[in-house]
Amino acid sequence: MTVQEALFRYALRLGDNSLVLGHRNSEWCGHGPVLEEDIAQANIALDLIGQARNYLTYAGEVEDKGRSEDALAYLRGEREYLNVHLVELPKGDYARTIVRSFLFDAFHLPLQQALATGKDERLKGIAEKAVKEVTYHLRHSSEWLVRFGDGTDESHRRAQEALDDLWRYTGELFTPDEAEEVLAQAGIAPKLDTIRMEWSATVDRVLKEATLTRPADGWMASGGKKGVHTEHLGPMLAEMQTLQRSYPGVEW
Amino acid sequence: MPTVADIEELLEEVKDPEIPVISIRELGVLREVKVLGDEVEVTITPTYSGCPAMDVMKIDVEKALHDAGIERFSVKQALSPAWSTDWISERGRKKLLDYGIAPPPHSADIRTLKGGAPVTACPQCGSTDTVLVSHFGSTACKALYKCNTCKEPFDLFKCL
Repeated sequence: MTVQEALFRYALRLGDNSLVLGHRNSEWCGHGPVLEEDIAQANIALDLIGQARNYLTYAGEVEDKGRSEDALAYLRGEREYLNVHLVELPKGDYARTIVRSFLFDAFHLPLQQALATGKDERLKGIAEKAVKEVTYHLRHSSEWLVRFGDGTDESHRRAQEALDDLWRYTGELFTPDEAEEVLAQAGIAPKLDTIRMEWSATVDRVLKEATLTRPADGWMASGGKKGVHTEHLGPMLAEMQTLQRSYPGVEW
Repeated sequence: MPTVADIEELLEEVKDPEIPVISIRELGVLREVKVLGDEVEVTITPTYSGCPAMDVMKIDVEKALHDAGIERFSVKQALSPAWSTDWISERGRKKLLDYGIAPPPHSADIRTLKGGAPVTACPQCGSTDTVLVSHFGSTACKALYKCNTCKEPFDLFKCL
């Protein structure tokens, strides 16, 4: 795999992770448990979808076949999406949404920090912006995780259950595929084991404050990075893409 | 051909569509104006990656240039260096305050970015007895506060 091919896949991956999680978070719009959280989720979704636009535009340019951000977002099928499983799972109850966001944000922040010092100017520029946004995301999900974990028996139970269920999806974040290995070699993407160390420290710190128990590492799900997804992504994309699929080329 | 200063003055009329008292220049969104022969090149930068006002600002800049009789122009977006609330001018900060939005704390105060809540004065009554309700307010760039003295809710332009 050439650096150029790897860069295309990697930019798609970064875009897909942000787009899919952004879409999942946006499902809370109008359904949030309290008004402030409804607004917060919509704002976070907006940040993520904005990042996805930057990444997908770049991916289209790297590929150089004339595909725009919209073409990549709306006209790719499920098997062409390269996001990790963690972000595509249903939003669940609010504890599950927060646990998922926390596990991702704790990975996303050190990743963006590393990209902001990488060798690819474009990824660097996108990351410089994203770092500031993701700092707020991680703060938000950490605070709510502590509130749930160290809250009532019921909120604690739900947060711990979500954590136990979602843990198996965290392994994929740190298992590099060929594109990530090629780009790490080229100094464009960080090595994922260094990101894992930072992630792990954040997870331990926040879980301790939240009085939650870190699950033991067991079997880990994978496949998203090569386009093999859970049963949840297809229906989500069907909803997200229905307008462009039904009325090709329509503009808002 | 107009000069760079002429264009900058012209673009003073282009306001943030969501905070219509502050111009994109005062906001620090307007990064650069170049006059290259008979062509004007304007560079703007987004406040947030997903800021929905960006597209509107771009169109407003194009409209302002067009209305001023400039025929050849382009509006570019640059992501780097990343926009910071520190780029909001003093006049811009004053306008935000008058509009009822608490201006952002300076990011030199690293506690703000690290999560320590800054001391924020209520834009209505000036009291510093205020409390953060949510980090995410009416738009991505604002946080929601409440004043314990006058009991009014207000937005803080949050530090970025």
